[in-house]
Amino acid sequence: MKETPLSNCERDFLLRAIEEKKRLDGRQTYDYRKLKITFGTDYGCCFVDLGQTRVMAQVSCELVAPKENRPTEGILFFNIELSPMASPSFEQGRQSELSVKLNRQLERCLRNSKCIDTESLCVVSGEKVWQVRVDVHTLNNDGNLMDAASVAAITALCHFRRPDVAIQGEEVTVFSPEERDPIPLSVYHMPISVSFAFFQQGTFLLVDPCEREERVMDGLLMIAMNKHREICSIQSSGGIMLLKDQVMRCSKIASVKVSEITELISQALLNDKAARKAGGKCGFAESMPQDRITALKMDQTDVEMTNVSQTGSGVILQGDEAPPPTVPSPVVPVPGVGQVGQGLQSWGLEEEEEDDDDEEEESSGDDQVEEVTQIKLSEKDKKEAVVEISDSEEEEVEVDKLN
Amino acid sequence: MFSSLKEKIGEVLLPGDEFVFESEDTIFLTDNVKPERPVCGPGLRQSGNRLVVSKSGVLRHKPPHTFWMDSQQWRYVPAKAETVIGIVTSKSGDIFKVDVGGSEQASLSYLAFEGATKRNRPNVQVGDLVFAQFTVANKDMEPELVCIDGSGRANGMGVFGGGGLLLKVSLGLVRRLLAPQSDIRSDLEQLFPCELVVGMNGRIWVRASTIQQTLIISNLLQSCDTLTAPQRREQFRKLQKGGL
Repeated sequence: MKETPLSNCERDFLLRAIEEKKRLDGRQTYDYRKLKITFGTDYGCCFVDLGQTRVMAQVSCELVAPKENRPTEGILFFNIELSPMASPSFEQGRQSELSVKLNRQLERCLRNSKCIDTESLCVVSGEKVWQVRVDVHTLNNDGNLMDAASVAAITALCHFRRPDVAIQGEEVTVFSPEERDPIPLSVYHMPISVSFAFFQQGTFLLVDPCEREERVMDGLLMIAMNKHREICSIQSSGGIMLLKDQVMRCSKIASVKVSEITELISQALLNDKAARKAGGKCGFAESMPQDRITALKMDQTDVEMTNVSQTGSGVILQGDEAPPPTVPSPVVPVPGVGQVGQGLQSWGLEEEEEDDDDEEEESSGDDQVEEVTQIKLSEKDKKEAVVEISDSEEEEVEVDKLN
Repeated sequence: MFSSLKEKIGEVLLPGDEFVFESEDTIFLTDNVKPERPVCGPGLRQSGNRLVVSKSGVLRHKPPHTFWMDSQQWRYVPAKAETVIGIVTSKSGDIFKVDVGGSEQASLSYLAFEGATKRNRPNVQVGDLVFAQFTVANKDMEPELVCIDGSGRANGMGVFGGGGLLLKVSLGLVRRLLAPQSDIRSDLEQLFPCELVVGMNGRIWVRASTIQQTLIISNLLQSCDTLTAPQRREQFRKLQKGGL
């Protein structure tokens, strides 16, 4: 699908606003949008929100044969997928120019900077090494995918745990996560990319351009740096001519930003570690805010409560004897068959006859009582004349049991 | 006859909810009396004497017989006689191709402007904004726009001048802004003078005297989508007190 064209009035307005040092969302020239990092339940899964831009990175690993010219090193593989979810102009499967550019930039930023110790990924030299694969999926494009992708990739790599391996002579044992705790990768440093957008032939620059600013920019400068002020990669696209002092100024700004972002990543990793240790819930469901208009939450609706007590007592009168309140001790009629309670024999209903036979044949004692109560309630349901299924929280529990 | 419908006004209904009317059995000898038929707006569909809800939302009513579903969506589907803001994407032969945010681009003829003749062509460039209404908009044909009304007058439509900012908002907000007594509009009037063009395809064009004011209004309008009425009034009040 083609993207919505940019109208002339929008372009003029944006350029005039940038000349007056005003950005669309009220940021300053060197401000980043709000950066939020959340982790999934698996190790190595990370969501990054940069304003409205949203990306997800997933790290996985497998044992493969190493490259011939590097027999003692593991393999790192990076992949950025531009999903059609992110923007109507991204097509599934097609390698667009932007996708090639982003992939190349991410590889240069992370692989060439040697931020991961690949020697430690070697298991048997020349035969088996770990191949670590980082997949970054773009979920929403509101500009500056590169920065979000680099933060997501390095955070996911720091978060990831690979299975433990033991070598005894010729034997190699790979332990599952249950047998031995998986171990983290050895990350030397965290390269983060910072993007600068240039306007009016390099006169004005903005950090972290949003989507509309990206559409009117002349060129883009990407500097990947770590917190030790080492430049890992620098790339300029768009064909603008930059002066030396402009590039120096950008690198100084980038070092400030990178130290802030690295601090944020470390804090997020620590929080996640603490949450996992404490056994608390972690994962995406916990990190989603609950009070947005699009969240699945409704105000309480009024419920017909006028004759609930009447129908309730009616149901109780109509139903047969209630199931026993305590669980009777299991009985073993035949070796290999356990029975708790009397099953459905006490109801004596014709429709339930087939179910009766099936119930008696089942031997697991634990499920028996639960199934008895469940089927008993569904039986009650058939007898009730009117069942109001509403979204009220009071009736929620009952509805679940009916299901 | 509409009692079952009137009970549900203001309630949330889901697609598939049905209302059945009993039709009149007696035949009137005089033609003056017509059976009352409900006028179905968007989200309601009528087949015979059954009225079926086809979109989830809140049921609204306007006396005497008009009912419709008030639902929220962002994607625009062209409908006849709706005024929209379009972006001109190409000029070819006698027509402009205009992007209105729908699945297809609409066509706008050179001659569909006020005072346009074959010699006197309108001054429209690629990338300009136009405010036009649909003459043809159904799912089988390419949509067509015109910038004149039935009698040949522009009536506020046509190509935009320079300046201003275009925003994309939800269709619900656009309808709220265009309603006859609109709270949001009256709140905006008290802030500072601005020019506002609201297209039914979810696009709004804003222009105020300074860039800062334009940015303020555009951010306000975009946040109005997700604010409740008291929150919105709070925001406006804070702005008025804080000045610029």
